[in-house]
Amino acid sequence: MTLAMDTKDFYFTYAGAPAPTLKGINMPIYANKVTALIGPSGCGKSTLLRAWNRIHDVYPGNKYEGEVLLYDEQGGSENILNYTKEDELIKLRQRVGMIFQKPTPFPMSIYDNIAYGLRLAGIKNRSELDERVEKALKGAAIWNEVKDRLKESAMGLSGGQQQRLCIARAVALKPEVLLFDEPTSALDPISTGAIEELISELRSEVTIAIVTHNMQQASRISDYTAFMYLGDLIEFDKTEKIFVNPKEKLTEDYITGRFG
Amino acid sequence: MNRRLLINKTVMVLATGAALIGLAVLFWILGVLLFKGVSSIDWAVLTHDLVNKGLRNVLIGQFVLAGVATLIGVPLGMLAGIYLREYGVNSRFASLIRNLSDVMMSAPSIVIGVFIYGLLVVPHGSYFGWAGAVALGIMMIPIVVSTTDSMLSLVPQELREAGIALGASKAQVITTIVVKAAKVGLITGILLAFARIVGETAPLLFTSANNDYFTLNMNQQFPSLTVSIYQLATFPDQRSIDLAWAGSVILTFLVLFINITTRYIFRQRKIK
Repeated sequence: MTLAMDTKDFYFTYAGAPAPTLKGINMPIYANKVTALIGPSGCGKSTLLRAWNRIHDVYPGNKYEGEVLLYDEQGGSENILNYTKEDELIKLRQRVGMIFQKPTPFPMSIYDNIAYGLRLAGIKNRSELDERVEKALKGAAIWNEVKDRLKESAMGLSGGQQQRLCIARAVALKPEVLLFDEPTSALDPISTGAIEELISELRSEVTIAIVTHNMQQASRISDYTAFMYLGDLIEFDKTEKIFVNPKEKLTEDYITGRFG
Repeated sequence: MNRRLLINKTVMVLATGAALIGLAVLFWILGVLLFKGVSSIDWAVLTHDLVNKGLRNVLIGQFVLAGVATLIGVPLGMLAGIYLREYGVNSRFASLIRNLSDVMMSAPSIVIGVFIYGLLVVPHGSYFGWAGAVALGIMMIPIVVSTTDSMLSLVPQELREAGIALGASKAQVITTIVVKAAKVGLITGILLAFARIVGETAPLLFTSANNDYFTLNMNQQFPSLTVSIYQLATFPDQRSIDLAWAGSVILTFLVLFINITTRYIFRQRKIK
């Protein structure tokens, strides 16, 4: 099994916090698989996810310790925690994209939303842009709904459509890894179904990590599951193993709804 | 009657009464202005300069002063507001600047006039247009700083993170996403700041003073509607006093118009 990322002995401390929020996390992310992070609120699952593309750096003063390796296709790896320059971080985020809990369409047209990241990546050619935008929208299963209104504002789309637009926007950059931070918790069941289906389809092209509060969702869409509790990784294994036959008592208690 | 109900009634009556008094005064002012002013407005007022008992040059002058002030105050104020919200957020320095800016917003406008008098008029040797525009511009800065600051704070943090997550630099996120998302609010802020300074007299009194003749040369005394109203109102002849009323009406309704349109634009946008 090929690795997409590997987190080793990772500690994370928020600015001004007296103690680390994540305490020695060790876990792999396998390429072209869906890895779910579950655990009760405050367990650090979003914190961990947000460390994987260093989005924490938007706010000053946070501290990373340990190693987070990002593998390229040749099998080489770099510790992303060593990045210090802005252009290194920009490259990292082009390789490791992110989808947020609330849809975040930019205040511009549907087309420009998708083209935004592409233009930043230096693609100026009109026909290439058109092609990549169409491909991304098709990839996010939203092309048929928006193909006649590409020039209209993205703010006019429904919440579920906006979230798929955001996925298309991230997919357009052809990232190696996509991080989803509770992508469906603000959506209705039908939109949620569409997003889950999309995540399953995307797995052939991109490695996915997803934070979710919804255990059914984790069991439906993920190949691997990590259960976290109070800043520790309690158990990481194949999803069916975690849900059917977990090693740890704590995991079992959480899965069966005894706490959380 | 039960005591709680009595208090309830009393507070309601007092509040309604106060509101009515406030509104009554407002409409009284508008009424007197209209009554005295509208009859004095004719074509001659708009086509003649002050020297010929018209207001053409001072109207244009007032807007030129306010326009130049906007060109000075808006870029400085917006950049400072962007600094406060996007770069300084929680730093000590930023909160110091934010507090100072708030203090400056309530600085008496005559003090700003005196400051510019000492800074520009004395070295220049006489009153001149630039001094007036700079004084108005200074008045504008804290207003624009504060609206920029608060409008940018309404932009959800997730939008910034989403930009960063697509490989944008901080500066790109600010210029291409955050400012765009706050566009309507920012324009509203600029228009309200403009409306606020276009009717100012004190900062102009001894900076650009006034000019009876039409001019666009900002190196000499510059025509101003507000200063003209102040001067005309003290003249003995009826035509001058009528002109002062006419000027007041025009100024009041222009400011009212800017305010109402701005609010309308802002509300339309919110509904969408």
